[in-house]
Parts: sequence; structure tokens; C-alpha cells
Amino acid sequence: MNGGDGGEVTAAPPAGPPPPLEWKFSQVFGERTAGEEVQEVDIISAIEFDKTGDHLATGDRGGRVVLFERTDMKEHGGSRRDIERMDYPVSRHPEFRYKTEFQSHEPEFDYLKSLEIEEKINKIRWCQTANGALFLLSTNDKTIKFWKVQEKKVKKISEMNIDPSKVVGNGSASSSTVSSSPKPYLANGAYPDRSYSCLNNDMTFPPGGIPSLRLPVVTSTETSLVARCRRVYAHAHDYHINSISNNSDGETFISADDLRINLWNLEISNQSFNIVDVKPANMEDLTEVITSAEFHPTHCNMLAYSSSKGSIRLIDLRQSALCDSHSKLFEEQEAPGSRSFFTEIIASISDIKFAKDGRYILSRDYMTLKLWDINMDSGPVATFQVHEYLRPKLCDLYENDSIFDKFECCLSGDGLRVATGSYSNLFRVFGCATGSTEAATLEASKNPMRRQVQTPTRPSRSLSSSITRVVRRGAESPGVDANGNSFDFTTKLLHLAWHPVENSIACAAANSLYMYYA
Amino acid sequence: MSMVDEPLYPIAVLIDELKNDDIQLRLNSIRRLNTIARALGEERTRKELIPFLSENNDDDDEVLLAMAEELGVFIPYVGGVEYASVLLPPLETLCTVEETCVRDKAVESLCRIGSQMRENDLVDWFIPLVKRLAAGEWFTARVSACGLFHIAYPSASEMLKTELRSIYSQLCQDDMPMVRRAAATNLGKFAATVEPPNLKADIMSMFEDLTQDDQDSVRLLAVEGCAALGKLLESQDCVAHILPVIVNFSQDKSWRVRYMVANQLYELCEAVGPEPTRTDLVPAYVRLLRDNEAEVRIAAAGKVTKFCRILNPELAIQHILPCVKELSSDSSQHVRSALASVIMGMAPVLGKDATIEQLLPIFLSLLKDEFPDVRLNIISKLDQVNQVIGIDLLSQSLLPAIVELAEDRHWRVRLAIIEYIPLLASQLGVGFFDDKLGALCMQWLQDKVYSIRDAAANNLKRLAEEFGPEWAMQHIIPQVLDMTNNPHYLYRMTILRAISLLAPVMGSEITCSKLLPVVITASKDRVPNIKFNVAKVLQSLIHIVDQSVVEKTIRPCLVELAEDPDVDVRYYANQALQSIDSVMMSS
Repeated sequence: MNGGDGGEVTAAPPAGPPPPLEWKFSQVFGERTAGEEVQEVDIISAIEFDKTGDHLATGDRGGRVVLFERTDMKEHGGSRRDIERMDYPVSRHPEFRYKTEFQSHEPEFDYLKSLEIEEKINKIRWCQTANGALFLLSTNDKTIKFWKVQEKKVKKISEMNIDPSKVVGNGSASSSTVSSSPKPYLANGAYPDRSYSCLNNDMTFPPGGIPSLRLPVVTSTETSLVARCRRVYAHAHDYHINSISNNSDGETFISADDLRINLWNLEISNQSFNIVDVKPANMEDLTEVITSAEFHPTHCNMLAYSSSKGSIRLIDLRQSALCDSHSKLFEEQEAPGSRSFFTEIIASISDIKFAKDGRYILSRDYMTLKLWDINMDSGPVATFQVHEYLRPKLCDLYENDSIFDKFECCLSGDGLRVATGSYSNLFRVFGCATGSTEAATLEASKNPMRRQVQTPTRPSRSLSSSITRVVRRGAESPGVDANGNSFDFTTKLLHLAWHPVENSIACAAANSLYMYYA
Repeated sequence: MSMVDEPLYPIAVLIDELKNDDIQLRLNSIRRLNTIARALGEERTRKELIPFLSENNDDDDEVLLAMAEELGVFIPYVGGVEYASVLLPPLETLCTVEETCVRDKAVESLCRIGSQMRENDLVDWFIPLVKRLAAGEWFTARVSACGLFHIAYPSASEMLKTELRSIYSQLCQDDMPMVRRAAATNLGKFAATVEPPNLKADIMSMFEDLTQDDQDSVRLLAVEGCAALGKLLESQDCVAHILPVIVNFSQDKSWRVRYMVANQLYELCEAVGPEPTRTDLVPAYVRLLRDNEAEVRIAAAGKVTKFCRILNPELAIQHILPCVKELSSDSSQHVRSALASVIMGMAPVLGKDATIEQLLPIFLSLLKDEFPDVRLNIISKLDQVNQVIGIDLLSQSLLPAIVELAEDRHWRVRLAIIEYIPLLASQLGVGFFDDKLGALCMQWLQDKVYSIRDAAANNLKRLAEEFGPEWAMQHIIPQVLDMTNNPHYLYRMTILRAISLLAPVMGSEITCSKLLPVVITASKDRVPNIKFNVAKVLQSLIHIVDQSVVEKTIRPCLVELAEDPDVDVRYYANQALQSIDSVMMSS
């Protein structure tokens, strides 16, 4: 575990690339027993850590959101943490426990368009916490919801003015327990006229008040977690929402569908502003759709969106109200002569993520991960081959639609490594620091290193100027795994997230959430 | 469990329901908090109710919002101003909740209470509260704190004042943009309470920080601060410190900030005074009028008249008018529309010659704009138009535009123009109206869209009011009555509607001689809808015509309709008969 901690790596001077990480299994939630059939609704469709890394949220195809909270460092601050590190040579890794879950979206039917709207959670984004209450945005294809998850006291009222049993006798058929029944007494409903007619403001009371009246006493100190939907941002998207992203200003967020990006104020759910519209006047001219969009982590005016043609556009909200013209365009020139039927399909970017400092953007297309420097639009600074061995099989992948799978990608909090998923429940981690040759393949199982094939990788020839370090590596695995089996296209690892401050990855294999640390 | 006497039962229920599971009942109880307080008496309110409410802080937001509001007017129920400080703890808690509207209400209530509190109580209770909130762990508390400084500051001692200023300065640099936004929003209010020397030293440096904030959302709030601070500073300080900021903002990279400048321009000019406006703000304004973002031009165009009023005519003609000319052919229809709604106000500023020479062509081109909103905006300012260009020129250029709008294919445009017709008629006079617009008004009665026909009927009534019954007898009634035989029943119904509206204006005599016979004839119509509308119209005529006419003509007709095979016709006929009876009874 020496040097494995992210914090130490950033502190070290850039003498050389950090040593490769050794990944270990940490936890699994919802593990499948052998032969167990996976329910469609249980398949995880979104994963997101909050900004501190103390909470993790997953969404599934059944419209549920499950929250996990970190348990290993709950009760101590930074200084205590340092002391503990001295006491124990083995540093602790993030451990999570189930916190709560709620039904975020329900299946709906759009009667105007005769379309079923799935409840599947497409994306989850955490918002600013306040007073210990957690806030998050979740979206399905059409509707974004703003959730507040909060501890609430369980009320137990012990003293009342009116004997509830007497009131029950007055007409309500409810049970005699006070706090648990939904409407313990219907006095108000039973005597509506009477109770209000004599409660006019001119009703006089003796100057000292009425001593026999008493306030209800709440005794219980128990709390329970309650999730409440605070706002619903609906009816703003004609196409399917693929991304939502919070702004660093803390008051706005964007939602992107295939053709448009809308800007919302968190507090206002009945209007949004369209800031990007790529819909052509004639839909037959449509050649490119928006696949993903994200705000810059610190500059509130900047956002990036990716397209199905493999380009990333950076736009500046300051320039104009409707940002149809981008301020920067990042795309890679295709190598001449390599064009095939699949070129455009596999160029489509399925996910983009800003690095924490906002300087780099990571993008995932079907075959590769690319890291872009927002100051250099001539090409990516690094390209990582994720499953180059599938290239000969593109035809099969097209036949069974796998070529349209949308893999997500993520960066470590220190920006030194990137990760993305693949087939057979594999995911890959690459080092992107200068000179790093780290490239690990892990399997989402209790033994992540089982399938790893150790092949030395080296940076390939530099494609452009010497300042740019262009690395091409990772093309090591053959078309079969270590056991000689062919890859399984039905088990794909689409969703994963890197802990914001530690080297810990959460990834989804069907209905199971696996967590690893290094 | 105690039992309560019978008369106290409702109040007891009210108290119990403070903790009911049903949110509606809890809300109801909170809304009647003053009743509860009076029932408990002042002392128990202070000692029991208020602490009880302080603990009741994890309720639903709707309940908390109501509670924040009620507590703001609660001083009388706790025993008057000397006990006001007991209300602070529950409101302090509400200042920290996550929901913005609850916090805002709590801050409002705290300000209300603070402004009534005695000075030493403010020092003992209110100022420590502000300091606690400002040092709050969560941003919600710090946001709330920003809105309380202007209440706390005046009664503080010198030392405390220095401390409060430095706390506010920290809030202006808070990590969270929400806090900085709150600090920017409240800076003007706080500054108004700060002594001039400190204003120049401390407040201005906070203001400068905010004007250079990285977040657009903070900077654009600082624009409003310019106007607020400008009014507090002496004029030379204002020119030295505020003016450069405004000029910078007008060239900000973010269109939203420039938009705010364009929107606030008049206030900013007021703040800096006339001379700097001429020298520095005119160029800034010209830039905004030529901004490459349409939203900014819209805001700027809408202020053109207000701005010109502060300038002398030469400057306006020299600098602003060329921009106005450009804007009149702007690529964005919304910019042209904003311009059209204010441009006529420039005429008095520019004077007659400049108006005819320069403004009139612009005005005429806007009147021919392809976008109906632009034309409508010009026409709606007709009174000003008339003064400026005179009736002859107006009728030449206006009439084609009106005719075109009257036949626009969007019914909302036609509706808008109908609504201007009475105004036009009064402006242009009877003669002009008869020649040009009379035919249009009749044409609308046969529009395809119900709303237009309805508006047209209303329009006839307003015209009759404007020009009097005699005129109407000549120019409206015959044309209307001509249409009673229209083959389409919907048009016949419109005529009935017009008759019912015109009758009160025309008076008893004309109604009896001209209108009533038409209605009676219509009662023989073959369409039931016409017949029951006849019943309705007859009902409305009862009060206009003489009793004898009612008995002789209206009643027999209604009696006949009351025998009609159609149920609706019978229903309305009976209704009308009943109201005849009740009129008879009362007279």
C-alpha cells in the first residue's frame, strides 16, 4: 500500500509517474448467487459519489435510488485521521453501508405521443448539502426530480388536551394509538363548524391565559430517514435526457437530450432556458446528436458537450444567450484510409467527464478513452485502447447492437488515473500521468485480479509534436480472456465512478455494486 | 391525559393539532398561533409555546414557512417589545433551514422584530444572533446573516461596528457563491446604515471584491449595488469609484452582466449625475445598443426614451438616434418590438424638426414591419403618434397598417387591433372613422373565430358609447340589423349578442323601436341555440324598456318559448319569465 494513497501522490513532486496501483476487493452490495436470475428492474443504471465522497448513490432500471454512506471515517476529522495512519501501517479504505432507498420515478405513459416513459434512472447528480440534509437530482428519459433526504424525528406525542379515545368514540373508526394511525382523531372534521365559529379573533381569554390548556409533549428521540421530492422539472425535453450536470454557482443545472441542452434554476421548476439547440430545420438533415454534457467544475460559465460524431464542444455561456456556436471544438482527425462502415459508429462519444481541476476532459468512445487538454484542441493528449481486440468483431457487435452500448468513464480525484468499463464485467484503469505505463484490467467480482493479463505496455510512437505526449497503449489483450473463453457481450460494465478523494472505484455489474480500493 | 371543559374544546383541538400527522391540520394550527398564544397567556407563551416552536424545527417546509411568517408579528402576544428577544431563537433556527423561501421569510420576520426592539436588547440578543449565523457551519445560515446586518449595525458600539463590518467583508469572500450572492444583494441596504468614512473605506473595498467575482451570478448582482451605493456616496466619490465600475460592467465578458447594466441604466445614470452620464455613460450605452447579444439590445432598446430624457437633444440626436435607426432594422424581431414600444416617447425630447426629419422614417418603417408585434406596439402608443406627426400623415401611413393587421391570419393579432379601435376612433375623430374603419368593424362580426366576433360586438358597444346614440343610429344599428338574416346561425347569434350589448347604450326608445322587433323575430328561428339566446337577451332587456312593453311584447314571446320542444329553450325562457315576475314584485 506504499504510495497507493491518492493524497500522497499529489503531494509528491513530479519526479516520475506514480507506481501502479494494486487493486483489492472491498465490498459488494446485491451480489448474485450462482444461477440467480437477474431481475431487469434491479439492474443498476447510474452511479455517483457526492463531492466529499461520504455518500454514494445508485439508480436502477426500476426507478429506485439507493443511497450508501461511508462508515470508516464518520466520527473523526482530518487530524485524527493522521494520527490513525501513524498507528496502523495499513491505511483504511472507504467502506460504505446501505443508508436508505426511495422510488424516484414511476413508469408513465405519454398519451399525446402514445409513448411509454420508462422509470429507469439515467443519471444521478448530487447537489450542495445543507444542514445535514442530502440533496440530489435524478432523471429518467423525460423528467428530472430534485430530492431531499433528511433525518426526521419520529413523533411520539404523549400529552394531549383531548383524550384521543374519546374523540375516536365521537365518530372516527380509527384505532386508539395516537401517533401511529394516519388520522388519530377527527375532531376537526367531526365538528368543523363548531370549532371554527368560536375561534374568531374577537374571542376573549382571561389575561393570565387558561391554565388547563397544555402543549403536546413530544417524547421520542428516534429518527428515520425520509426522502421527499422537492421539485419536478418536467416537460422540457422532446427527446431522451442523457445527462444532467450541476453548475458550480450552486443555483443552476443543465439537462441534455439528443438535440438540446436546457438550463434550469434549481428553485424554479416551471421554466428552463434552451441554451443549445442542434436540431436542424429539416430532420432529414440530422447528422449528429448530443450524447453527453457536463459543466466545468469551477468556471460557472463553461460547459462541454459531446456528440455522436466524436467531437467535444466547449461553450461559454457568457458569449450569448443561445450557445449554438461553440468556443472550442475538440476532435481527432481520422487517419486517412482507415475509414470503414463502423468508423462513425465507434467514434460516437458515450460519456465525458471533466477532471477535478477543470483542465482536462476525459471522453469515452466505443474503442477508446481519450484525455483532452482544454487548452489544446488539435487532438487528445492521450488515447487509451480499451478493447482493441474487439476491432475484428465489429460486425458481430453491430449485429447484436452491442456496438451502441454506452460505457461511462471516470477520473481519479487527483487526475492521475482514468477508468472505464468493458464486456465480461471487466473494467480497465490507466495511469495518465507523464510517463505512466499503468494499465490494469479488473473483473467486477470478489477477485478483481483474476483475469488480469500482465503484458508490458509501452507508449507507441508520438503522433504529433514532442510537447504532446501521445500514448497509445493497452492493446494487449487478445480476443479471449485468461481462461480462453470468448468474451461475453451480455455482461457489460457500463457504469462506474471513482471516489473523489481516494483511490476507490464503485462499479455496477448488472444488479450488483462492487467496490474496490487501492 | 387531561380533560378539557366544553367551551375550551376548539382551542384545545387547535393546540393538539400542532402535532397532528396531517400537514393541513398542522398548518391550520400554526396559522392560528396568535389564538393559541392568547389562550395560553403571555407568560406561558414565552415560557412554553416559544420553546416548543423552537424544537418543532424539522417539520415540513410549508409549516415552517407559516411559522416564520406568524412569528414576525408575534411581539404583542409575548408581552410587548421588552420581551421581543424571546422570539429570536425559533427564528434563528428557521434562518438555517435548507428551503430558501423559509429562510427568506425568517429573515424578513427577524428584521421586522429587530426594528422594533429596544437598543440594548439589540446589542444583547440580536447582534450575537447575527454573528452566530454569519459563523454558521452551513451556507444557509451565512446566507441569512447577510440580510440582518442593516438592522443590527446602527445600534452597535464602535468596536462592534468594526467587527460587523469585517464579518460582512468575510461574507463577501465566502467560498460558497450563494453566500456571496446574498452579500451582494444586501450590500446596498447595509451600506445605507454605515457612516460615510467607513462607507468609503470598508464598504467600497467589499464592493470592489464583488465586482471582480469569478461567478457571473455574483457580478450581475453587484450591478444593482452600483446604483444603491452611488446614491449614498458624494458625487465626486461616486464618479471616482462607481463610474469606472459601471463602464467596466458595460463591457463585461458575460452578456448577463451587460444585460443587467442595460436594464439598470436609468438608475445608474441617476446615481452618477448628469455630467458623467453625458461623458461616460453615453458611449457605454451606445455600445450596449450595438451589443452582439440580442437580449442585451432588447433591454437597451427598451430604455431608449428614458435615457434620452436625461440627455440634451443634441447629444441624443448625435449619439443615440443613429443607433435607434440601426435597431429599427435589427435582425431580431424582439429588439424591434422593444424599440417600437418606446420610440414614440423620444419625440418630445428631440423636438418637432428632428422628429419629422429623423424619427418619422424610423417610425414608418416599424409600422410596416413584417412582425405583427412590432406594428401593434406602435399602434398602441397612438396618442403620442398623433401629437407628433399630425392626423394627415398618420392616416396615410397608419391606415394600411391597420387594415393589414385587421386581416392578419393570427386571430390574436386581430383581437389586439380590435381592442385598440375605440382608442383609435377617439383619437382620429368621427370623420376619419366613418371613412376608413367602419367597414372593418362590421367585417369582424363575421369572423371565423368566436373570440373575434365577441370582441367585435363589444367594440360596437364601446364605439356607441364614444360617439353617442345618434351616431350609432346612423352608422351601427342599420348595418347590424342587416345581418340578422345571415344564413349561418353562429353569425346570427353574434348579432343577438351585439344587440344585448348595444341596448343599454342606445336607451329605451331606440331599443323598443329598432332592436326589440328584431329579437322577437329571431324567437321564431329554427335553431334552438338562437332561441334560448333570444330568451337571454329578452331577460337583459327587461330593465331597459318600459313595463308596458315588457307585458305587451316580451312576456308573450317568452311564454311561447317556454312551450318550446327544446329543453334548454324552455329553461332560459322560464328563467326570463321568473325575473320579469321578480321585477314586477319589487316595483
